[in-house]
Amino acid sequence: MIAIVDYGSGNIAAIANIYKQLKIPHAVTADARELAAAERYILPGVGAFDATMRHLAACGIVEVLQEQVVGRGKRLMGVCVGMQILAGSSDEGELPGLGWIPGHVKKIARDRASPPLRLPHMGWNSINLRGDSPIFGGVDSARGFYFLHNYYFHAADEADVIATASYGADIPCSVNRANIYGMQFHPEKSHANGTAIFRNFAGI
Amino acid sequence: MLRARIVPCLLMHDGGLVKTEKFRNPKYVGDPLNAVKIFNEKEVDELMFLDIDATRLGREPDYQRLRSIAVESRMPLCYGGGVTTAAQAAKIISLGFEKISVSAAALSRPALIAEMADAVGSQSVVVTLDVKRNALFGGYSIHTHNGRTKQRAGLLEFCGQAAALGAGEIVINSIDLDGTMGGYDLELARQVRESVDTPVTFVGGAGTPDHMQALIDAVGVVGAAAGSMFVFKGPYRAVLISYSRPARLG
Repeated sequence: MIAIVDYGSGNIAAIANIYKQLKIPHAVTADARELAAAERYILPGVGAFDATMRHLAACGIVEVLQEQVVGRGKRLMGVCVGMQILAGSSDEGELPGLGWIPGHVKKIARDRASPPLRLPHMGWNSINLRGDSPIFGGVDSARGFYFLHNYYFHAADEADVIATASYGADIPCSVNRANIYGMQFHPEKSHANGTAIFRNFAGI
Repeated sequence: MLRARIVPCLLMHDGGLVKTEKFRNPKYVGDPLNAVKIFNEKEVDELMFLDIDATRLGREPDYQRLRSIAVESRMPLCYGGGVTTAAQAAKIISLGFEKISVSAAALSRPALIAEMADAVGSQSVVVTLDVKRNALFGGYSIHTHNGRTKQRAGLLEFCGQAAALGAGEIVINSIDLDGTMGGYDLELARQVRESVDTPVTFVGGAGTPDHMQALIDAVGVVGAAAGSMFVFKGPYRAVLISYSRPARLG
């Protein structure tokens, strides 16, 4: 069973609906016992970094996730801000992140391109795959995904970046370290490509 | 590469969807959930829903309906209509919308834009401005309440102010060209795009994918939104929900 971690984030219902249509067992939950029993986790997230960390802490589920994901090696995929909080810290906030993938969340610099980039980075952007992670199986990288963000995950170890998006320069848009994955774009709002990500995550 | 966004803009009225002409004569064009299902199949870039009753009647957004739209939608969603507080914006984000649009409320109290950016992040704050060309003196004026109330704020000044306060996108809706399907006002698009450093989206005037391509050729990677083009077919404006996009966008 895939647990979609329910801590008040907006994209939960859409993710649950995709798994429902894929007929893949899943539960939307913030219950510690149910979380402990799950095989995999989706960590959604929309909004600001600190607010997201506070909501997660308020639900009292950081410890159970830490034990299952870091301790026992169960797979977890963070989506959008759910990916960013996998880092240790962020330009956007003051609270520490989970720190499960070494890195820092940075603001996209407007002057990465000339004329300066417009922010937020908004819309459908192609992606560039690095390596051949099975999480991107069946994905049309030229079509890409829907992005809506001002900040991105700067991984301490370049090898953890498994995809980038070209916007001015190459912006890391997906990270993977061992059993933990992160997607900066919105797979739940990216049609067939997004559905492929959720299907792949259930099978890897 | 970032691509231009081709965005159906759907008007909610009396529980259904309508299409207007110059902001008048709303014609029923279908049911919101049915439209979402069709646009899912067409793999649409993004959808924008504007409730054209909420501000005029002074009522809150229809959260129940928004929830059911968000659960069904495979594409990013923007909602506008009757939002006057950051708490309402946060609530709609929590229902599964990506972006919240404000217009009249932001014009009467611009600080709302900053409050919303604090609550939901500036990437999710959209300021939509309904504009009319000034027949005598040139330039454009901003209108609210379905075009009925003329605002004093200057268009380009307010666009700049909105972006500085934390708006993540400016949407410009041409009242003059609404439902006319003869092409966008490219001069308006140029002026607005140069006045801000956020993404911009234009609606009003599109009748064909060529009109959208002309907009993109003129002002670059922007949102090209349309109503009539995606809900009417043929010279007699028969209702048919469809999605076509400039061939060059693939």
